[in-house]
Amino acid sequence: MALVLMRHGLLLAGILFALGLVGVLVRRNLLFILLSIEVMLNATGLAFVVAGSRWIQPDGQVMFLFILTMAAAEVSVGLALLLQLYHRFKSLDIDAVSRMRG
Amino acid sequence: MLELLWLIPTLPFAGFVALALIGARLSRTKVALIGVGSAGLSAIVAGLVGFRFLLSPPPGHLYSQTLWKWMHVGNFMPEIGLSLDALSLVMVLVVSWVSFLIHLYSAEFMVDEEGYSRFFAYMNLFIGFMLTLVLADNLLLLYLGWEGVGLCSYLLIGFWYKDPANGRAAMKAFIVTRIGDAAMAVGLFLIFTHLGTLKIQELMQRASEQWAVGSTLPIAAAALLLGGAVGKSAQLPLQTWLPDAMAGPTPVSALIHAATMVTAGVYLIARTHVLFSLAPAVQLIVALIGAVTLLLAGCSALTQRDIKRVLAYSTISQIGYMFLALGVGAWSAAIFHFMTHAFFKALLFLGAGVVITGLHGEHDMFKMGGLRRQLPLTFWAFLVGAASLSALPLVTAGFYSKDLILWQAWSSKLGSPWLWGAGLAGALLTSVYTFRMVLLTFFGEAKAQVSRSPGVCIGIPLAVLAVLSVIGGFVELPQTLGNLPLFSEFLHSVLPKAPDQGGAGSLLLFQVLAAIVSLGGIWLAYLLFLRHRHYAENLVRTPLGRALHCFWLGGWSFDWLYDTLFVQPFVTVARLGKEDVVDLFYQGVARLSRILHSGLSATQTGRVRWYAAAIGIGAIVTIGIAVLL
Repeated sequence: MALVLMRHGLLLAGILFALGLVGVLVRRNLLFILLSIEVMLNATGLAFVVAGSRWIQPDGQVMFLFILTMAAAEVSVGLALLLQLYHRFKSLDIDAVSRMRG
Repeated sequence: MLELLWLIPTLPFAGFVALALIGARLSRTKVALIGVGSAGLSAIVAGLVGFRFLLSPPPGHLYSQTLWKWMHVGNFMPEIGLSLDALSLVMVLVVSWVSFLIHLYSAEFMVDEEGYSRFFAYMNLFIGFMLTLVLADNLLLLYLGWEGVGLCSYLLIGFWYKDPANGRAAMKAFIVTRIGDAAMAVGLFLIFTHLGTLKIQELMQRASEQWAVGSTLPIAAAALLLGGAVGKSAQLPLQTWLPDAMAGPTPVSALIHAATMVTAGVYLIARTHVLFSLAPAVQLIVALIGAVTLLLAGCSALTQRDIKRVLAYSTISQIGYMFLALGVGAWSAAIFHFMTHAFFKALLFLGAGVVITGLHGEHDMFKMGGLRRQLPLTFWAFLVGAASLSALPLVTAGFYSKDLILWQAWSSKLGSPWLWGAGLAGALLTSVYTFRMVLLTFFGEAKAQVSRSPGVCIGIPLAVLAVLSVIGGFVELPQTLGNLPLFSEFLHSVLPKAPDQGGAGSLLLFQVLAAIVSLGGIWLAYLLFLRHRHYAENLVRTPLGRALHCFWLGGWSFDWLYDTLFVQPFVTVARLGKEDVVDLFYQGVARLSRILHSGLSATQTGRVRWYAAAIGIGAIVTIGIAVLL
């Protein structure tokens, strides 16, 4: 089994995280924002797994399981918010919900 | 029985506490029961104590009761102690019984008012403080009662607080009397520093031992105490608050601003008469203040249209008589006049209250008239009170007390024909303005219909006070009429007799003169204000008449004078001081924080993506700093 170099694994995680962050900042559709957040979470998880395999510790994979659980919970809340948003504003544009300014 | 003394002020205080705590939740009947009941019980206890005192006087005609030690600072150990002697007994009896009658009256009079329990709570608090004032055995406790009644006066003048004018009148009363009280406080400091005690008996003894007649210290002490008395008793030059104090409900005017509180100054001077005897110059000033005040206030009373303001000026004028009596050393005559004045002036105010509510709050006498058929009981009671005020000879209490003052203003060593002349002129003014008021209100053609006639609770106090206004004078019959000076004999254990210069003339002659003046005033009033109304109207129409009328109507322009001399400069200085350096600094701080605030609030755009970007940048910066440093 060819070991993946930690450098490469972390680079991949960093790229995925940046992609996700850019998606969160650029996208206006709430659904895509949620997707981008998922990408970021997975990037973090990947970083944990890579680190775990580097030091041959199970902790990295345990952390990834936690992240998965949390991501599931986050998505359920996020989707509920999404439904409410659509219900109230008939659109998924996140910029429409800016009444709490100032 | 005398050991019940402490109950006399405690009962009204207890009534106050009960009403203040649960009064708002009680029905009106229960509130009245507590308010009137505590005043009534206090009056009954006062009656029992007084009865006991008269039957078997305690040794030295003085009963003291020390309740507890107030504080202990160095050699300053004031006690909460009460003392009862002839002078305070007279005061206690008059205060508690007149208060009880006025409470009974208020129970019906105020029944439609909002704040019924608040009213009775304040009134009970007032009685408690007033009784503390007259029973105190040291000047500090007296001062506590003194300030307490001032507070109640403030609260009750502003009882209808929704009208800002009433609040202003209350503040005016509070501030003007405070000027006098400040002088009095300094006087107390002076007495304590030099005599080492504030106990009234001790300090009077030490003063007469240590201080020479006419030396600086007694003059300063007496003058400072006089300042307090002048403020509280609305004498020149601090009299301006009393006419405005009529903004309060009528029972308040009757109780506080006629019968009891305003005479506290008279009581204070009589109580510390030794100091005043040691300072003949100050005593002369007392007499002069009294004489001038009674004339000025009498003239002002002559021109007022508002029935309550007539009575207010009349009160100032009658207290002027008491000061005149104190000034010539006729101590017991002053207290005698205090007592009769309490009866008839309370009666007049209560009668005026019935008239005012009967006519839907109409205060203007020129819009009243012909009320004697519609309000017969009130008319007769008012007539008795008015007769007593104008000292109708032989049958009224006012005659005996005022006559005593006039006679002693002439015959006393400290008296003079001038003081007597002022008193006599004041007597003429008194009967003219009194009967002007009676004639305008109750005689002539009816101009308005009475909507509400008084019930039992109003009728009883009127009747009782009317009887007292007549028989109250028979406790002191002059030499020419039975020679039965019970009242001054009784007070003799506390207050010395007026120094008689002997053979100054015939008492009878002076009595006849006073009687002629009183009757002449009534006749003049009849002529000017009923028979030939146009005489008075023509008199006012002449240029001099109009000027005098305006001048007197405004109370000799004292308000204007004080406004220009004190209030306006003070307001100007305050306005200038508003923008000083210190304030600039604090305004700068305020402006800076406002700018920061608007900057920060601009970042709150409400856009989620902005917040996400901010979090991201923040994270990058934090990590960057952590990595680089």
